[in-house]
Amino acid sequence: MKIPINYSLRNLWARKLTTFLTAGGMALVVFVYAAVLMLDAGLRAALVATGQPDNILVTRRSAGTEVQSSVDRTQAAVIETTPGIALGPDLQPMVSKETVVLITLPKHDTGVLTNITTRGIGPAGFALRPQIKITQGRLLRFGTAEIMVGSSIAARFDGAGVGERLRFGGRDWTVVGVFDAGGSAFDSEVWGDSEQLMQVFRRPNFSSVIARLNEVSEFDRVRAALENDPRTPVDVKSERVFYEEQSEQMSSFIRYLGIFLSVVFSIGAMIGAMITMYAAVSNRTAEIGTLRALGFRRKGILLAFLFEALALGVVGWIVGVVLASMMQLVHISTMNWQSFSELAFSFDLTFGIVVQSLIFALVMGFIGGLLPAWRASRLQIVDALRAA
Amino acid sequence: MLLFKLITRNALRHKLRTSLTVAGLVVAILAFGLLQTVVDAWYGGANAASANRLITRNKVSLTFPMPATYLQKIRSVEGVESVAAANWFGGVYRDTSMANFFPKFAVDAVPYFAMYPEYLVKENEFRDFLRDRQGAMIGRKLATAHGFKVGDVIPIQGDIFPGNWNFTVRGIYDGGQKSTDTSALFFHYQYLNETLRQRALRRADAVGVFVVAIKDVDRAAEISKAIDQLSENSSAETLTETEKAFQIGFAKQTEAIVIAIRFVSFVVIFIILAIMANVMSLTVRERMAEYATLKALGFKPAFVVSLILGESVAIAVLGAAIGIGLSFPLVSGFGALLGNLFPIFDLSGATIVLQAICALAVGLIAAALPMRRAAKVQIVEGLRFVG
Repeated sequence: MKIPINYSLRNLWARKLTTFLTAGGMALVVFVYAAVLMLDAGLRAALVATGQPDNILVTRRSAGTEVQSSVDRTQAAVIETTPGIALGPDLQPMVSKETVVLITLPKHDTGVLTNITTRGIGPAGFALRPQIKITQGRLLRFGTAEIMVGSSIAARFDGAGVGERLRFGGRDWTVVGVFDAGGSAFDSEVWGDSEQLMQVFRRPNFSSVIARLNEVSEFDRVRAALENDPRTPVDVKSERVFYEEQSEQMSSFIRYLGIFLSVVFSIGAMIGAMITMYAAVSNRTAEIGTLRALGFRRKGILLAFLFEALALGVVGWIVGVVLASMMQLVHISTMNWQSFSELAFSFDLTFGIVVQSLIFALVMGFIGGLLPAWRASRLQIVDALRAA
Repeated sequence: MLLFKLITRNALRHKLRTSLTVAGLVVAILAFGLLQTVVDAWYGGANAASANRLITRNKVSLTFPMPATYLQKIRSVEGVESVAAANWFGGVYRDTSMANFFPKFAVDAVPYFAMYPEYLVKENEFRDFLRDRQGAMIGRKLATAHGFKVGDVIPIQGDIFPGNWNFTVRGIYDGGQKSTDTSALFFHYQYLNETLRQRALRRADAVGVFVVAIKDVDRAAEISKAIDQLSENSSAETLTETEKAFQIGFAKQTEAIVIAIRFVSFVVIFIILAIMANVMSLTVRERMAEYATLKALGFKPAFVVSLILGESVAIAVLGAAIGIGLSFPLVSGFGALLGNLFPIFDLSGATIVLQAICALAVGLIAAALPMRRAAKVQIVEGLRFVG
């Protein structure tokens, strides 16, 4: 006969303080584990959502980032006329020749000077990024000193509201609109007219060229055509891949730090569970003896104690995940080392993370409970009964 | 003396439990120390900055250069001792992995190294470096990490400055202080500029930052202003600040990560606090009958309380001592593993003090609740108590 599950659960309930403290320790570990995974997921979501699957991004060969790249007008014209590039409703190629520069602006709460990506776009710039919605104001007019700002910029920097003016490049720029790019990297950018930005920053060249493909399947052909053309020493990447690569360093930093923290912290929590379970076993030695005398098997005892430890883990998991889910309200804004500019993203709780942290909590409970449960099941009936 | 004897005996009664608790403490103190060290490393550049150096850069952002002619103008500002041009070179050695990353700067070698006396160079090596147009001075840490020796050629694939670049190691500099960064490669600005004149004339004669040495530290603000006035309303206005402010500006932009790490380092202390509090409450519950007996024998509640507090603190101190002791090899091992990611990665005195304080606080707080229970227990009730 099996020992009822209730026996284990009631034991946890009987020692509320101990259960609370042990599960609390585990909950904190689960919290850290889940929060790190959420941060990584949020970062990836921000950068993956930035790229459209059927857009290509062309930069100078081995430039790595848009800021370091430069594509001159002749090269841009060659790219524009490459077969495989889609035409827009106006029968013009869907191509945006962009100028990307970094400017520094002070954050409005802390005053910290922050590098902001400022992107000059071509007329097709908005059509190429259908994820962008204008939330306030209107589209900028090309040929004027009008700019639009991403939602994270509007919220964090002085003078970035609609109707206000930002000064850079020796000139005042009027903010005419705020756009929401669905939490992607564009939300941390300032957008203006490419030609205007080139003028004030005295640049004869564009930084990058974005183009829409007729078909995603034509990517390889277009890439080969451009990369093999001696007139265009460029790298051609799918926009999505490009932005994924931009997050590589930050993402692996977060992940490595997270794995390290989770492993170290979980050792602590497992020790905590072990102490609790050993104490539970030694407190209940006589009880275990009685159970055995009544005919319950060693295996049953082992399972009962193991189950108790797993239940501790589950309690820790629930509390930890609830705590972590509150982190979704927090937005992180930091400098991305690779693009050297401001990037805002949030904690993203996915179903996968919920499951992963449950497995993590169960493993902690299992390892913490295994040895004590083993000891409980090995007790001799006579000795155990005498312990009372 | 009886008190100490009882505390020791009590602590050793459950050897397994005590050693598990100590192990948990050690892990927590280690993790806390390591995370604090990461936070320190973040600000490492700022701590190594000298007060008599200013950095002048383009006001728009660091990615915009300034005309090389500014050098003469800045030098003429009253109070300026010397000026050196420096360009962040970017570039990729082997591949873009973190392990192969190291900073590369093109500098005006003579004034630059004179301004940074903490870079200890051998005179003959430095002379060789000055004679070789493609020569490079590399830091000791960089040399050790990649096994570079004097005479080796380091091939770099340019990204900011396209093309293939080869630098010959002419000397290895050491750090004058513990906080000196010796992970960088320096080569001649002249070489970069001459190459740009041939390959990309438009980008030649441009400088990323000017490092300005000043005589009087107290006049830093005034001199910075005077330098910036030189270029007011021009196409390349400058922003001058102290080296420390410049370095902190970098760290500040990634502040969110530092705050997260700092936050997490205190979470680990809370985890161990929960474990320790649990251990003490288990222990006290088991011994309730003993405390009642002690009281029945005439011992004051204060004695019982100090028994519990003493045991808790003793375990905490033991854990802290082992943890701090192990922090040294762990931090240096980690520093080696991270390579050039952080130029400075050392356990600081402040971190050790903080580790000790946290451990002590854990010991004290963990004992608080159980102490109250034991002090309040009625003799009759306690004698009847079955854990």
